[in-house]
Amino acid sequence: MNTWIEKQKALIDFTLASLARRKIRNLGLLLVYALIVFLLASVMLFTHALRKEAGQVLANSPEIILQRLVAGRHDLIPPGYLEKIGRIRGVQKKQGRLWGYYYDAVLKANYTFMVPQPGALLVPDPGKIAIGAALARMRGLVPGNTISFRSYSGKLFTFEVASVLPHQSELVSADLVLLGEEDFRAFFELPPGHYTDIALSVANPQEVRNIATKLAAQLPDSRPILREEVLRTYESIFNWREGIVLVLLSGAILAFAIFAWEKASGLSAEEKREIGILKAIGWETGDVIKMKFWEGALVSLAAFLLGYIAAYLHVFRFSSLLFEPVLKGWAVLYPRFELTPEVDGFQVATLFLFTVFPYAVATVVPIWRAAITDPDAVMRV
Amino acid sequence: MIEVFEVRKAFNQGRHNEYWALNGISLSIEAKKVTALCGPSGSGKTTLLTIIGCLARPTSGRVRLKGRDISGLPERFLTGIRRTTFGFVFQQFNLIKGLSALDNVMLPAYPLGGDWRALRARAESLLDSLGLGHRREARVEWLSGGEQQRVAIARALVNDPEVLIADEPTANLDTALSKEFLAILERLAGQGRTVLLTSHDPLVVESAVVDRVINMRDGQIV
Repeated sequence: MNTWIEKQKALIDFTLASLARRKIRNLGLLLVYALIVFLLASVMLFTHALRKEAGQVLANSPEIILQRLVAGRHDLIPPGYLEKIGRIRGVQKKQGRLWGYYYDAVLKANYTFMVPQPGALLVPDPGKIAIGAALARMRGLVPGNTISFRSYSGKLFTFEVASVLPHQSELVSADLVLLGEEDFRAFFELPPGHYTDIALSVANPQEVRNIATKLAAQLPDSRPILREEVLRTYESIFNWREGIVLVLLSGAILAFAIFAWEKASGLSAEEKREIGILKAIGWETGDVIKMKFWEGALVSLAAFLLGYIAAYLHVFRFSSLLFEPVLKGWAVLYPRFELTPEVDGFQVATLFLFTVFPYAVATVVPIWRAAITDPDAVMRV
Repeated sequence: MIEVFEVRKAFNQGRHNEYWALNGISLSIEAKKVTALCGPSGSGKTTLLTIIGCLARPTSGRVRLKGRDISGLPERFLTGIRRTTFGFVFQQFNLIKGLSALDNVMLPAYPLGGDWRALRARAESLLDSLGLGHRREARVEWLSGGEQQRVAIARALVNDPEVLIADEPTANLDTALSKEFLAILERLAGQGRTVLLTSHDPLVVESAVVDRVINMRDGQIV
């Protein structure tokens, strides 16, 4: 065992000395290789963390949201509708929600106005609002400032900013304006008893689909939206965006694959001569292959580690500067948030397999062909 | 120590360019003696050297090392014998460019997996004994021809082989350097090492350090 370790150490030592001889070539290769790993790992880490984040955000959202449809379009819930639902077994709580969109001509951006659910921690007093961090940033607002909005009926409403929503929730609250029910109804001229939609809490996740079917049968003009469907939509959006980025990157990846294959598999006359010398001075074919394997493994491992660490820092420390516009989507009120570091072992293994493994093979195969030549060839040079 | 019986070696056998480099060579080489294979270019000296040194196998015939038949052994076993029994000094020195003299000397011992520090100390002392201690960290391509040959000799000796094989050792050296080589050879012979070399250089062949000269021509001993 000790001999084996000493032998591997010696082979690695020689490999490092050998790599150092062609510094520029090998450093160039390492950098390009690390860049590719960096790009791929950035996309993977970012979309994975985003999916996870979306999942966590939606974890506290209601299991079913019921919308009323008129001519296939989302319409307000009329008074008495909540009562019509009656008692459905398995529904813990049903609540009318109030929310709507407001276009701010100053910023040319849409805000989401929303009334917090009763019992929520943050319910603004009349005349006061709580706003999202991106909105506060763009309008230069701090708690205590006032802001006026002209409603769709032309009336001007002035609110005092009671608080700015915490930075951590920016992914979902960037454009949010929270206000009291009375203010909301006055601003959008919404008569009492009307709601935007209905939120239903279901205790047993197995029952969600059954309850949705019952709701659809009981209220044919409504559309139940399940939390899992929302999650799936998020998932497919992120998958789609990830796909777009990967397609954009595929040219670069292909170019690298050709470059790496050429570098790794092409043996120069000098390298062939060296293999001949090593065999003549007592190296076995297996020793030469092991040495070349270490060469491939060291380069690809170093590139993998470099690229992956850089990608980790890029995604979780520098908010994915490079991919932000494609992966997060575009908005005037751009959320500024840091993703919770989240590394998926399976993804790491996949990336490792698709980057390190082919390179190691590409280095070993041609060497095997060269290493089985007769050692006496070197005597006849 | 080494016995060769009716050894024949063909290149490109069965093809239109078939060539017999050795045509039935039989000889025995004594241990702790300096033996020179002498002959013109194409006489089969180097081919015989490669067969004795386990770098190649004969097409027919037998080679015995200390009574053991080694001519039919698979490559793995030949490699094992080669690295423990033989040390090679090639005509072109065949050092690995870009590496230091010390790294080159240590190379044959790497696959053995011995203690690295001990190996380094051994390599350093070999270079010291050949007067190259001060050049140990220099890249081999920066060394002169004579220095490169001494690095090649140190490399050949690093695994402490019983037999040193040198192919045309003075072919690339001037008279002064050739004499230097003969002095080293004398020292090695004095230490009781078996030396087998090829040469057609009269300086080597007629030297007192060479115990026996075997003349060859057209793949046969003459």
